[in-house]
Amino acid sequence: MPKSACAEREKCVPLELYVHIPFCVKKCDYCDFLSGPAGTERRREYVQALLKEIQGVPPAEGYEVISVFFGGGTPSLLEAEQIRELLFCLKKKFLFSPDAEITIEANPGTLTKEKLEIYRNAGINRLSLGLQSADNRELRELGRIHTYEEFLESFFLARKAGFDNINVDLMFAVPKQTCEGWEHTLRTVAELKPEHISAYSLIIEEGTPFSERDLNLPDEETEYRMYEDTAKILGQYGYHQYEISNYAEPGRECRHNTGYWRRTEYLGLGLGASSLYQDVRFSNTSDMEEYLREDSCPDKIRRELHRLTEKEKMEEFMFLGLRMTEGIRAEDFAGCFGISLDEVYGEILRKYESGGFLEQQDGFWRFTRSGIHVSNTILAEFLF
Amino acid sequence: MTDQSKIRNFCIIAHIDHGKSTLADRIIEMTGLLTEREMQAQVLDNMDLERERGITIKSQAVRIVYKAKDGEEYIFNLIDTPGHVDFNYEVSRSLAACDGAVLVVDAAQGIEAQTLANVYMALDHDLDVIPVINKIDLPSADPERVINEIEDVIGLEAQDAPRISAKTGLNVEDVLEEIVAKIPAPSGDADAPLKALIFDSVYDPYKGVIVFCRLMDGRVKKGTPIRMMATGFKAEVVEVGYFGAGQFIPCEELTAGMVGYITASIKNVRDTRVGDTVTDDSNPCAEALPGYKKVNPMVYCGLYPADGAKYGDLRDALEKLQLNDASLFYEPETSVALGFGFRCGFLGLLHLEIIQERLEREYNLDLVTTAPSVIYKVHKTNGEVIDLTNPTNLPDPSEIEYMEEPMVNAEIMVTTEFIGAIMDLCQERRGQYGGMDYMEETRALLKYKLPLNEIIYDFFDALKSRSRGYASLDYELCGYERSELVKLDILVNREEVDALSFIVHADTAYERGRKMCEKLKEEIPRQLFEIPIQAAIGSKIIARETVKAMRKDVLAKCYGGDITRKKKLLEKQKEGKKRMRQVGNVEIPQKAFMSVLKLDDK
Repeated sequence: MPKSACAEREKCVPLELYVHIPFCVKKCDYCDFLSGPAGTERRREYVQALLKEIQGVPPAEGYEVISVFFGGGTPSLLEAEQIRELLFCLKKKFLFSPDAEITIEANPGTLTKEKLEIYRNAGINRLSLGLQSADNRELRELGRIHTYEEFLESFFLARKAGFDNINVDLMFAVPKQTCEGWEHTLRTVAELKPEHISAYSLIIEEGTPFSERDLNLPDEETEYRMYEDTAKILGQYGYHQYEISNYAEPGRECRHNTGYWRRTEYLGLGLGASSLYQDVRFSNTSDMEEYLREDSCPDKIRRELHRLTEKEKMEEFMFLGLRMTEGIRAEDFAGCFGISLDEVYGEILRKYESGGFLEQQDGFWRFTRSGIHVSNTILAEFLF
Repeated sequence: MTDQSKIRNFCIIAHIDHGKSTLADRIIEMTGLLTEREMQAQVLDNMDLERERGITIKSQAVRIVYKAKDGEEYIFNLIDTPGHVDFNYEVSRSLAACDGAVLVVDAAQGIEAQTLANVYMALDHDLDVIPVINKIDLPSADPERVINEIEDVIGLEAQDAPRISAKTGLNVEDVLEEIVAKIPAPSGDADAPLKALIFDSVYDPYKGVIVFCRLMDGRVKKGTPIRMMATGFKAEVVEVGYFGAGQFIPCEELTAGMVGYITASIKNVRDTRVGDTVTDDSNPCAEALPGYKKVNPMVYCGLYPADGAKYGDLRDALEKLQLNDASLFYEPETSVALGFGFRCGFLGLLHLEIIQERLEREYNLDLVTTAPSVIYKVHKTNGEVIDLTNPTNLPDPSEIEYMEEPMVNAEIMVTTEFIGAIMDLCQERRGQYGGMDYMEETRALLKYKLPLNEIIYDFFDALKSRSRGYASLDYELCGYERSELVKLDILVNREEVDALSFIVHADTAYERGRKMCEKLKEEIPRQLFEIPIQAAIGSKIIARETVKAMRKDVLAKCYGGDITRKKKLLEKQKEGKKRMRQVGNVEIPQKAFMSVLKLDDK
């Protein structure tokens, strides 16, 4: 029994699991994630391979799983039974914390009452719904397959099935969007009172249909305002911004994502999934044929294994940690690396502090409001 | 020993693109490298050895053998001349090593500014000039017109000039026969004391400096104690020889009339100045050959390593380049904005570009170059006169009595339709009109006296763009003139950036300042705060632009747990910053320091 390995629970190291489901009904025009449409047979084959991969992972002794995230793609496209089987398999393999956060991503139009109930019974306690916009014209513009009304239906179905922790994904700075339009989406969604809202700005990625189109995108000033409005408007509804793109009711911050920014260890399972495990970063192959052919054996599908140096860990500590509005704690840095934050990054921190982009409070360094708008430029400075 | 009457020493002169190199290639192709006698002596073995050691010569000179129609074998020494006004002195020394010149004129384009400049220089050296009409295969060729032009403008007999196509080889043999018939054989005295003209030298890691020379009188061989008459440098000859196509071919002895090389374990090209006279130290000639001068840099700029840690590498590279380039000057300097670097002197802008490119390519250095400056003479109130090569060192205006700037006499050849436009340009650049000669109905030669500092910037580009590429330029330095000059300072984020200061005429200061600010606004990327860019004379601000603050740069997407990808994006951003110099709080891209060169009007 692997579970006995962690006899004293408080000494266990937290671990997160990410399970990638690379299927969707139709790829959205802006999407560059590893995902695409596939038939029933291919999906079945993939789930089988995924199960084998999970079984093949060496036992994670001394670890306790604190979150699971089924991401995609559209994981809800799979049969609910398949999700249940995967989760079952994970629970058999790893020691789970009793209050583990278990999230599944879903798109409107792929959920039914039955599916949601099976999810609940399997132990899934958080749902992340991809909405993007409350405006059907914008949804069409983005190449989404659903309407706002279909989202509403899914949202209420989920509530009825007992989901009391729901995230809604939104997207701003989309083609032809105005500040008024974005405000409308924010208010419409906030009034539904989901526990969590993610608001990403549209990024045009190479190779997507969007990158070849002449898009009528909002200008920089408009985008700036939209970002400001997001925090302000959601604040009126009781959400606080806890990360660059994430807003939650108190206590409802997504633990899984927070783990990424705090450098909690995580194992990525499935096609192209990334991991941070025992100071090594690696990703699974993104080649589906290869993934299936190698029988999803962890040793054969892991790519780009890179053991992090002490300096790289420091870089990550900074550029990931500062994404959290709470910021990073100097004390934690010293605890992790045995050297003071000031000694390593004092000069940069003070440079941006004097420019009004960073501030210190109660032992934390964090972005100011003006810093968060240009965070990328500043985060790059923490690389050696 | 070679019979002098069978030697022809000559060069080819032409305007750029009129076919000089093509004709040279064709001549080398149509002749041999060795006389029959030399073939039998199996010198080839030697050549192989040279080849193995990887020594190749710059194509400054080549010796070829031509079997003429009269049945005799002639030795041709073809001496190359640099084709740029920066190297006028080198051109004049190369011409001095010759007895004649082949003038190549494009049958379609006719005489150009450089054609004239080169011909006059050749005639000044008493060279016999053989005109050749090239490119007669072109549909637009009009050899009759060009022949008349040569006769009218230069006054050279040209009716019988070979009409050739160097490209196809048509009638090139006529040129070879003309060389035999019309270029005089050398007439030195092999028994007189050694008197040889240095027209080039290269540094070779095995042999030391290889001195290229033309023997006027006397003889030289291994063991001869030699002395450079201008520098006084003495050495003992280790090897003499002549130039094969791409190789040095050693021989027993060089005698009067011959062109060849000498090595004497010389460590530095500074000891073998172009134009100096080599003589036999044990039996020196009475006086040196005329025309020697120490060439001095005309244009200075600061060269800084982009990465301050590479300062030592840059110093080493400059040291090595100087081994081969006596006209390159450098000395350490410090800039507040750029740190430790060197103030370097060059013969001209082309020379600067060549050195810069070699440093970057051959020595793998990433450089920041500051705006070039000419040498100003600053007459101080206390009577002292300073040669100012770095604008930053300009004394306080209260200490300056007056300033002088270098002037050039420029000749611009242009078709008549563009005369107006070119005159406007020269006027804008503070030119003093010196007259105009019509070459023929449609072309004229404009003469202007211009400040050198107006030429080193973008004058050539402006000239080309305003004449649709048809105008050609030649100029030579003609001394200093008093001028109302001011130092224009650039303030970035209210801090003066010393490396961006430049000297400018008071009348154009406002205009230049404005353009400089505009240009810098384009070059400096937006940063986290607003950056004012100002141009100032003393404490007076004369122009201002603003680089607006960056408003938004958020990496909002999460990419699942793919932190590696996120880091790559940040790394890319960081990489961009590396090509910038931090001045105060502001990151300035390296190329912005050259902005002053690109203040073109159009």
